[in-house]
Amino acid sequence: MTAIEVNQVSISLGHGPAKRRILGDVCFSVAPGESFGLVGESGSGKSTILRCIARLLNSWEGDVKLEGTSVNDMPFADYCRAVQMVFQDPYGSLHPRQSIRTALQEPLRIHRMDRQVERMEKALIDVGLNPDFLSRYPHELSGGQRQRVAIARALILEPRILLLDEPTSALDVSVQAEVLNLLADLRAKRNLTYLFVSHDLAVIDHMCERLAVMQHGRIVEVMSRDVLATGAAKDPYARELIQASLEYDQAV
Amino acid sequence: MATETLNAQDHAMPTLLSNPNSVLRRLLAVIRELLGNPSSGFGLIVISILLLTALVAPLIAPYDPNVVNLGNVLQPPNAAHWFGTDELGRDIMSRIIYGTRISLTIITIVSVIVGPVGLLVGTTAGYFGGWYDTVMMRITDIFLSFPSLILSLAFVAALGAGLENAIIAIGLTAWPPIARLARAETLTFRNADYISASRMQGASSLRIIIKSIVPMCMPSVLVRITLSMATVILTAAGLGFLGLGAQPPLPEWGAMIATGRRYMLDNWWLVAFPGGAILIVSLAFNLLGDGLRDALDPKQH
Repeated sequence: MTAIEVNQVSISLGHGPAKRRILGDVCFSVAPGESFGLVGESGSGKSTILRCIARLLNSWEGDVKLEGTSVNDMPFADYCRAVQMVFQDPYGSLHPRQSIRTALQEPLRIHRMDRQVERMEKALIDVGLNPDFLSRYPHELSGGQRQRVAIARALILEPRILLLDEPTSALDVSVQAEVLNLLADLRAKRNLTYLFVSHDLAVIDHMCERLAVMQHGRIVEVMSRDVLATGAAKDPYARELIQASLEYDQAV
Repeated sequence: MATETLNAQDHAMPTLLSNPNSVLRRLLAVIRELLGNPSSGFGLIVISILLLTALVAPLIAPYDPNVVNLGNVLQPPNAAHWFGTDELGRDIMSRIIYGTRISLTIITIVSVIVGPVGLLVGTTAGYFGGWYDTVMMRITDIFLSFPSLILSLAFVAALGAGLENAIIAIGLTAWPPIARLARAETLTFRNADYISASRMQGASSLRIIIKSIVPMCMPSVLVRITLSMATVILTAAGLGFLGLGAQPPLPEWGAMIATGRRYMLDNWWLVAFPGGAILIVSLAFNLLGDGLRDALDPKQH
């Protein structure tokens, strides 16, 4: 059974002659415990796919199955317990007027979970933060700390699948590495499935076993990580992207 | 070693101090900021005096506001009656002091009606959008297209004259600007990531509106309500003046001006003192509102 199966997902905007397709027939599947990357330039539709799976967009066609069940047939509470998302901008993903305690307690209250204080403290410890942070507010934390809190919030419902929308691109380079290592550790410990969106091939290379390259709302190639090192992609655009990334790394 | 010392310091910090968002601390910071600015400081002080006066009115009023003394009518301001007496010999200063209670009642009840109604209409319209938004905003437009005094007049005429009906009528006319404001604020962050995160955690729309959206709208709505207080006082006084608000024996400032109008040319103090009270209090609310806007604006901190 696959953890995520995306089948023929497409989105069109506008009506009649002005109708434009911004996402076309996207298909891929992710095995349980796998980390799957989505790469592509800005506007290629990587985040849009993530938002379709996250049920934050409504007007799309096609089918997304999680663990064999279509997301539209799943009870919403079960869905929330199965999938959570970490957003790109840690400055925008935490409510500015809610303390960390409130941010972490809300999902526990909604799903009426037991041992709330214990769970909140454990969630913070798991992401490498002191439980004292519970009484703090987002504006008292650094970008890296905020992103850790966002990860703690996503994991507090114990989901099996985590959608990561460029979780490190808003962070400083040194903090990026810490957060990526944290994500890798958490995946190993909890056997999580990651769907990792990034435009940084080095990050994808570090985090994912397989990846899909996207261009203009379509997946041009699905490949394994090894291809990144050799640059032997079949599709010309994917080859160009990998080549550009390799040259950039050498130049740096 | 170093981290241990850091953690020890963290523990040593009292919770109240380490938490700058605790209500008390925030309130003190806002008051300090308001007092730091001369105009908003003036507003805050005048309104504090107003509150205090209303609270201890029986203690500080030199006379009973409703006792008629026909041997002592239309006295100009003097040592015994600082603000003079009216056409029935009642002490104007005492009447103004007792009038603060009426003004504050009007303001309190109107804001209790207007704040929640405006917030509810505005946040739901902004959050749900679609036809619900269209219907709600067209209703708001209809209310906004009438001058507030005329609309209140129509409501009072329909409900019957009296202070309670005047309050209801003012409440009915004062919510649309708040609803508009709350909707505009809601639109700016309804697609924010923290709202998406909350939705993904399974929060219902009601929960998102109450827990995430309303707190974000609160500062600007609070400012707007304070600013509209001035209009509320003026409308209440206008209704009183037209004989549709507080009825004669009540020492309402607008009604006092209305009855004093007949004697105004020879006895200026009958209208000057209640008029001055209305002026100062509505000015104070305007200045306080402006100050609050600066103090609560999150972009300035």
